[in-house]
Amino acid sequence: MSHPASAPDDPYDVERVRRDFPILHQQVNGHPLVYLDNGATSQKPRCVIDAISDYYLRDNSNVHRGVHTLAARATEAFESARTRAQEFLRAQDSKEIVFVRGTSEAINLVARGYAVPQLKAGDEVLITEMEHHSNIVPWQMICQETGALLRVLPIDEQGELSLDQLDDLMHAKTRVLALTHVSNALGTVNPLAQIIRKARDKGIVTIVDGAQAAPHMRIDVQKLGCDFYAFSGHKVYGPTGIGVLYGRMPLLREMQPYQGGGEMIRKVSFDETTYADPPYKFEAGTPNIAGAVGLAAALDYVDELGLERIARHELTLLKYATAAVEKVAGIRIIGRAREKAGILTFIIDGVHAHDVGTIMDHQGIAIRAGHHCAMPVMKKFGVAATTRASFGLYNTHQEVDALVSGLHEVREIMGT
Amino acid sequence: MNDLRELYEEVILDHNRNPRNYPRKPDDATNSAHGFNPLCGDEFFVHLTVVGGVIKDAGFEGAGCAISTASASLMTEALIGKPLAEVEALFQQVHALLTDEAQVGNPEEFLGKLTVLTGVKEYPMRVKCATLAWHTMRAALHEKSSTVTTE
Repeated sequence: MSHPASAPDDPYDVERVRRDFPILHQQVNGHPLVYLDNGATSQKPRCVIDAISDYYLRDNSNVHRGVHTLAARATEAFESARTRAQEFLRAQDSKEIVFVRGTSEAINLVARGYAVPQLKAGDEVLITEMEHHSNIVPWQMICQETGALLRVLPIDEQGELSLDQLDDLMHAKTRVLALTHVSNALGTVNPLAQIIRKARDKGIVTIVDGAQAAPHMRIDVQKLGCDFYAFSGHKVYGPTGIGVLYGRMPLLREMQPYQGGGEMIRKVSFDETTYADPPYKFEAGTPNIAGAVGLAAALDYVDELGLERIARHELTLLKYATAAVEKVAGIRIIGRAREKAGILTFIIDGVHAHDVGTIMDHQGIAIRAGHHCAMPVMKKFGVAATTRASFGLYNTHQEVDALVSGLHEVREIMGT
Repeated sequence: MNDLRELYEEVILDHNRNPRNYPRKPDDATNSAHGFNPLCGDEFFVHLTVVGGVIKDAGFEGAGCAISTASASLMTEALIGKPLAEVEALFQQVHALLTDEAQVGNPEEFLGKLTVLTGVKEYPMRVKCATLAWHTMRAALHEKSSTVTTE
């Protein structure tokens, strides 16, 4: 069981929070680790590590088969993780939660299982210019197969969606809208409720990439009104290799499985197989049980700490970091949306992001350098690569100070 | 801890700030190739003019980090005037220098100025930056593919 660092009304005690994360307390290249790559993956609190370890030490067995005690315990743990994910997303029914490997697999599942049977040549799939490659490539692949067209809603100079073009791009031929909740490269928080309302009015099926949103804000899929929502466990302080696809039940019933095997069937003969009901028909084979158990512990952890308080802490850091980084000469911040989550992306005049990454690492600072799997965003802003600092619930103001002094060191070393 | 100055050596910084034979494609270029590192987006085009078994001219275009840019710049300098027969040996020497394989003979003698790349081998994540232009050059000469990637 996790121990919240403080009750909901207490001030946010980041030092106590940090004690829950063993990995943070180490030296890297002779400096205390400053981990600012949370957008790539987050670190794990001890309660998550313990939950996985306890599962293997005590309860490990296969799920949904066997009548012995351990099988019952494993099944109970796995299914209560499903209920936990349902509560986390405020979904109506735990059967609307499909366990997958991560957001990428969730999007591929919807593209294959739902969109392909629906799409005809000349239909359109709408995405946005700020999508991660994982919300571009699956749609490109199925458009090629079906003859559907991929349309792209552009972003503006601030890194916000050009909503004035939305009406033109959503029309009678548009079948699917796939968009991100929070941009991994820019930090932009999209006005989802407003966009989804429009899509629904036009009968367009919506899928939201929530990979960067789940760690930073309260999500309510019923209020958002989306048809599908996906997130990855490892970005929300859970383990890798487990993620969640939420789908509204009527759509999940229509959706075709894309892998066959055990677990996903009701009845098999050589003439015919009938599939199990959702979510099981999408979960062929033995699932990542320990991953689901770890994910449930992670969701407990962030909920006990309070997503609203986490969001407040991260936004304070973002504001402080934005002001401080901006003051460093020769720095241009990419992504100036009015509403942002804890992501700060920038370029330094005359210094490539990879050189920034190496010099930062030398000071124990982990940041992301590169194209962030969002090459179209890089192209839009005319850069090949950027540097990204992304904040998590355990980051501190002192770590932002370390980032800023690291940037001065970069300029010093590179002689710019 | 390694000194960052061994990586960002003065010669490397100079070649990053003022890359030689860049951005340039010789008018009489006979061999060209495209090199790409999909992990970071670094991308170079290497152009060579080969006449009578000798590299008469070399240039490159594209964009990358300080290590890949300096390595490409230093490479074009080293190649100009070199007989093709010696290019493969030079490639192998540079490769050995970057990946810490056993050197044959004295690297200074073979590599001259290129030894400034020595510091890269302490940074395994950056070795591909330094080798990108070299693999691209090799592809240009062997014409087996117009694009090489580091992956």
